[in-house]
Amino acid sequence: MQSFEEICQVLKTEFGEAIEDTVTEGCRPYAVVSVGRWGDVAKFLRNDPRMRFDLLRCISAIDLLEDDKLACVYELGALSAISATADMSLERELAVRVITDRTDPHIASVAHLWAAADWHEREAFDMMGIVFDGHPNLERILCPEDWVGYPLRKDYKFPLEYHGIPATTEHELTSPKH
Amino acid sequence: MADTIAPTTPSQVVAPTQGDVHTEEMLVNMGPQHPSTHGVLRVVLRTDGEMVLESVPHIGYLHRSAEKIGEHVAPYQYVPYTDRMDYLAGMNNNQAFALAVEKLTGLEVPERAKYIRVMFAELNRIASHLVAVGTYGLDMGAFTPFLYCFREREMLLDLFESACGARLTYSYITIGGVTDDLPDSFVDVCNEFLDYFEPKIDDYNNLLSYNHIFVRRTGNVGVISAEDAIRFGLTGPVLRGSGVKFDLRKAKPYENYDRFEFDVPVGEPGGQGDIPRGVVVGDCWSRYYVRVKEMEESVKIIRQCLRDLPEADPKEGICHKKSKTVKLPDDEVYLEIENPRGQLGFYIKGDGSAIPARVKARGPSFCNLCVLEFAGRNCLLADIPAIIGSMDVVMGEVDR
Repeated sequence: MQSFEEICQVLKTEFGEAIEDTVTEGCRPYAVVSVGRWGDVAKFLRNDPRMRFDLLRCISAIDLLEDDKLACVYELGALSAISATADMSLERELAVRVITDRTDPHIASVAHLWAAADWHEREAFDMMGIVFDGHPNLERILCPEDWVGYPLRKDYKFPLEYHGIPATTEHELTSPKH
Repeated sequence: MADTIAPTTPSQVVAPTQGDVHTEEMLVNMGPQHPSTHGVLRVVLRTDGEMVLESVPHIGYLHRSAEKIGEHVAPYQYVPYTDRMDYLAGMNNNQAFALAVEKLTGLEVPERAKYIRVMFAELNRIASHLVAVGTYGLDMGAFTPFLYCFREREMLLDLFESACGARLTYSYITIGGVTDDLPDSFVDVCNEFLDYFEPKIDDYNNLLSYNHIFVRRTGNVGVISAEDAIRFGLTGPVLRGSGVKFDLRKAKPYENYDRFEFDVPVGEPGGQGDIPRGVVVGDCWSRYYVRVKEMEESVKIIRQCLRDLPEADPKEGICHKKSKTVKLPDDEVYLEIENPRGQLGFYIKGDGSAIPARVKARGPSFCNLCVLEFAGRNCLLADIPAIIGSMDVVMGEVDR
């Protein structure tokens, strides 16, 4: 089982400056990868025999409003050899954060590396408005196609109506909050 | 043995079902209100006669902004929202969220509460699998097993009600422990139930699992290989049905699962042991049967819990004192547990205040459903309900 430091060491020798930071304090360490090189780093993490991260467990989009940035956190895992008789284990785990601009957010899609990324990226696009370049079908997934805005952004304004359906009562509009 | 098969003429290459009924292509809209989609799931099918060439799932009809709500309430106030995601496994959802918050804040859970949590997580796993097994029978045209499954589930709900007063959305497992201690007679009643329930599993097998019609409807249908299952990030019985023996309770034990003895069932090829002929690893039947087997394993775990259940420490009680006043550090955590449907993960980011900056739920139903586009193509129309049912999705958690 490789530790987080060992994985990061391999990544740093391979990609140098593209590994912008490694955060080890806190309850779950993570690496920050430059958005420009994320496509290459992801391919390396998936295919290199030393890494072989075959599980994409989760993609969480987060809003870093105070830094004027958006980010995606990728949770990766590497399974031991496929077996139907022995209990398999998670050999390695890695969390990667990729930070992008708030005004024109673009991150390379990894759906061709992990099929699981397809819906996770669509959800991140729907909720946070991050565009995943190279995604086969980047459409809204949970909200209707004609929804305006990205609901999970911190500065999102709740709509007061949708297709004539009021989202708030007249009482709420006329009486101030107490 | 490819060289022993006689060479075929081009007309024979076409699959007989497709060749016989070749018609115009048609788009069929299945759902969102369809009994075999288990909730409000809409699948657009491109069909050619009885053949389905492509199926595209459309989701989001039940979206309730659960993650946005998480950014506006304190963790203990968010617990009731988690059991409304996967409403058939409320206990497990409460547990996943509670564990994530506890890891982020470093709260210690009293020993007795850990046992109670594992016990209720496993009881809820049985209740959830009973719904999955019963309704899968309904999908395949077998009505009777459904009634038997729900009869037993009713007893489980009575057990839950005796512990926390709720029958579906419990919020029993909370940050730092559980809300109440067990009622006095609980251990006896629970043991009684297990003694009654265990032989019933044979009934389900005789009624449904080994039923010839059922095996023909689900065996060798919607086959997903082990490699594809991992590529699509499938988890839970859907992954294990493909012959991948991966279970977080074994691979990365949380609570005190490392103290219990249990086995992890996986899909096995047909014709061996009690597996009927016509079944292959990774088909709908394997996924279904993993759930039946898991119920047996859960019974084992609950018996061990009841046997070893420690007395409550008067100083600690049953829940951490800071359960409702906990502050989240400027840090983040990602924690997954093994839900009845697969791995349920919570990503929580704190900012030093009592309210999280971001709560993200990685729902197993959401991740398992994305394989439908891959598994539900070039098959018969009647296979689509079989495939969707074998995924056992809960739309409340897909859409959150």
